[in-house]
Parts: sequence; structure tokens; C-alpha cells
Amino acid sequence: MSSVLYDVPGPRAKARNLILSVVGGIALLGVGAFIVFRLARTGQLAPEMWEILQYTSTQERIFEGLVATLKAFFFAGIFSVVLGVLLAVARLSDHLPIRWFATAFIELFRAVPLLITIFVFWQGFLINDPMWALVLGLTVYNGSVQAEVLRAGILSVPKGQVEAAYAIGMRKSQVMLTVQIPQAVRAMMPTIISQLVVTLKDTSLGYIIVYEELLYVARQFSDNTLINGANPEVVLLGAVGALYVGICLLLSWFATWLEKRGRRAKTGIKVADAEPVAEPDKALDGKDGKDGKDGKDGK
Amino acid sequence: MNVLLDNLPLFREGFIGTLSLTAASALIALVLGVVIAGCRVSPIPPLRWFGAAWVTLLRNTPLVLLFVVAFFILPKVLFPGMSPYVLAVLALSFYTSSFVCEAVRSGINTVDVGQAEAARSLGMTFTQTLSLIVLPQATRTVIAPMSSIMIALTKNSAIAGAFSNAELFGTQKDLSDMGYNILFVFFWIAVAFLIITFSISGLFRLLERKLGVAR
Repeated sequence: MSSVLYDVPGPRAKARNLILSVVGGIALLGVGAFIVFRLARTGQLAPEMWEILQYTSTQERIFEGLVATLKAFFFAGIFSVVLGVLLAVARLSDHLPIRWFATAFIELFRAVPLLITIFVFWQGFLINDPMWALVLGLTVYNGSVQAEVLRAGILSVPKGQVEAAYAIGMRKSQVMLTVQIPQAVRAMMPTIISQLVVTLKDTSLGYIIVYEELLYVARQFSDNTLINGANPEVVLLGAVGALYVGICLLLSWFATWLEKRGRRAKTGIKVADAEPVAEPDKALDGKDGKDGKDGKDGK
Repeated sequence: MNVLLDNLPLFREGFIGTLSLTAASALIALVLGVVIAGCRVSPIPPLRWFGAAWVTLLRNTPLVLLFVVAFFILPKVLFPGMSPYVLAVLALSFYTSSFVCEAVRSGINTVDVGQAEAARSLGMTFTQTLSLIVLPQATRTVIAPMSSIMIALTKNSAIAGAFSNAELFGTQKDLSDMGYNILFVFFWIAVAFLIITFSISGLFRLLERKLGVAR
């Protein structure tokens, strides 16, 4: 198959690609071998190093860290989506002060590094409670990002939908809550989940404000453990890294799956068949008793 | 205002530190990202696998974990004796390179296959097709995502401050330790970051306008 960059390879190109494959493969294997060699030289590959992963105490410590990470992620995830909805609606408000406030809030917290925000919450208000400082920081930052995502979603809802909703007499809040937001959330679900992956990754900032999450636990544990005169850092950080990558990949796959599923479904929601018009009340309608039938035919 | 004026040298040091970390990491990330993107679209399977593994691994690892690996494993296992600045630049640029790679790759993929086929049928060589047809078009689509990647890099560089680097987060930490009101400190640090990020987005908008063509 021809791509943008390469034509279908002929015999010469095939031979060249084969040679390059071998050379490239050997080079990559060489780099890998060097790393393994250095790991072995520093004693990180000794069987005793890896044995610690089998101990229940190790597993329990890592599990505690994982729970702490997931707890922060759980709260931050929920709060940030809720805050995102509120800010998105506020930014689209008809009232100027509310709109200004939401815009300033979103732009400020999106522009400042998350670590700096978390540090302010921690040092300023929650010095004894790093988890809530972390959750609060994650919430205001990711809430601001989710707000922009949702705002784009709300603006992408066709104008006719809103006009139709007003035309049948819905109030402003009803239009927002029952027409615009559900469609916006549905359209933006993959992006919202991708941002949740970012939120999960960012919980590791808790390491810096001494919240005992996954990364912190792994570091602390390896610092306090000596095997053959060395800390089992490679083992523990490797295990923790694999956990992070695994969870993030799971969430990303979920997002892609949702996106594919959304694309497979026919555009939007199917229009329901009109209900047959009920028999007109005989008392009100003496002459034209057949109107009900016309309604049925009209569908 | 006092916080800023009394500690101007500290702020200046932090501001320059952030700028230099960002610039150095951006440069390395761009080069590395383009090389990895080249691997990912190449017709050579081992390089393609390597590119895919690189991107998947680095994009799904928290940056703080990369910093920890860079500061506590890299010196022990591979190359001892690197300065915190170099280690921070390595962590930041490796992380960012995976995002640059994906942006470049999707930029190349947006170029219509017909364009390259037409170029080839005119007798253009591979280098000509790449430099005259594919890359100019890919560059234009890559600018917008690249702008947000660079802004994200600027913000990520704050983590380096927690790993013994002098930059704006370090400034904030020092001033907070000195007993200044954290909210005033936050205000000035935020202003400093806003200056940097607005400059970056302005620069890219300028670039976009310079390169923009009516299509």
C-alpha cells in the first residue's frame, strides 16, 4: 500500500528496508543490552531484588498507595467534571458579571502550572491535609479545562435544537439542562475521559506535597529497604510505572471505544414516531368527529 | 507589590530559570519528537515498534515519575554525575517528545496521499517530495497543536523546581518558607507564567499568519 511518504516498495526498496530493519533492530537491541548490562552491574537484576514483589507486606504497601492515588483521582474526577459543567454554563451566562468571573477563573487556573496551584492550597490552607490540597488543586485546574471542553460541546449543539426548545415554551435553565448539556456531554465524552487520564497522571504531584500516594509510597519503601547493599528502586518504580501505564491505557481504550461507538450510532437521537392524536372530546367537537383519524394518517 | 520588589533578584532568577528550562527542553523535544515521528512512519518494522513503544510508554507515565527515575535511577545505573539542570531537561524533553511525535505524525497523515502520488508521478525524488510537498503542508497543520504542547511544557517545567532547580516554583517555595503571604506570592508567580505563555501563543499565532496560505 502506498502512503504519503513511501511508494509501494519495489525489489530494491524491499532489500534496503530489510537491511535497515536488521541494522535498526541490532542498534535498538544494543541500546537495550547496554541498559540491561548496567542494571545487572549495579545489582538491580539480582533475584533477591525482585523477590520483594512477592512479599505480602510489599504488596500491601503498594496497594495502600494505589488506593490513595485512586481516592484522590475519584474525588478530583467527580469534582472537576461538576465544576466544569458549572463554569461552562457560567461562561455562557447572559449576565455579564457571572460571565466575566467564569472567564477569569478559567483563564487564570489554566495558565498557572498545577503544581503551583496545589502548593498554594497546601501551604495556604490545608497544610495538614495534603490529600484535599491535591484534590482541590486538581479540581480547579481540570475543572477549568473540562469547562472549555464542555463549552465547545454546548456551542456545537445545532442552533435549531435550542430554538425548538424555546419555541415549545421551555425556560432558559430547562433548555440548558435538558437539551444542551446532555448533547454536549455525549459529544465530548471521549475528550472528557482523555482529560480524566491527565487528572489521574497528575495525582502523582501529590508526591511533592508529601501525600502518600503510589509514587511516594514506592520511593519511601525503596529508600527504607536495603538488599545486597542497594535500594530496590528499579524494581519498585518499575512496578509502579507499570501500574500507572496500565490504568491510563485502560481509560484511554475506554475513551476510544466510546468514540467508535458514537461514530457507529446513526447521527444523534432517532426521532420518535408521532403519537396518534387522541379522539377529540365529543362534547367539544360535535361535527368533526373524524379529526382523530386524520391525525393518525399524518404520521 | 512589596513581595515582588523586595525579592526582585529571586523572581528574576526563577523567571530566567523557567525560560531556560523551557527553551532547552523544547529544542531537544522538537528534535527528538521529529526523529521518533520519522521512526513511526518509516517502512522499517523495528523502528516503527520502537516509536510506538516510546510514545505509549512516555505519554501514559506521570511526569513526576519520569523526574524520579531521572534523578534517582539514571545517575546510579547509567551515567553518574549529571547536574540537576541536565536531568530536568532530559525528563521534560523525553516526556514532551512523545506529544511532539504524535502531533507531527498526525500532521503528516493529514496530507492527502494524492499529493505525494502526484509528486512521484512528476518524477520527484523522495527528498523532493518530502521537502517540497509533504513537509510544507504538514508544518501548517502542526503549528496549532505545537503551540499548546509548548505551553504545557512551560507549565510542566514547574516540577523541576521541586527537584533542586532554580525556577519559578522554586521561587514560590523559597518565598513561602520566608513567611510571605502565599496568595501575594501566587499572584506574582501567576503573572510571570501568564507573560511566558502569552508570549508563546503570540509567537505561534505570528508564525501561523506568516505561513498561512489560502487553500
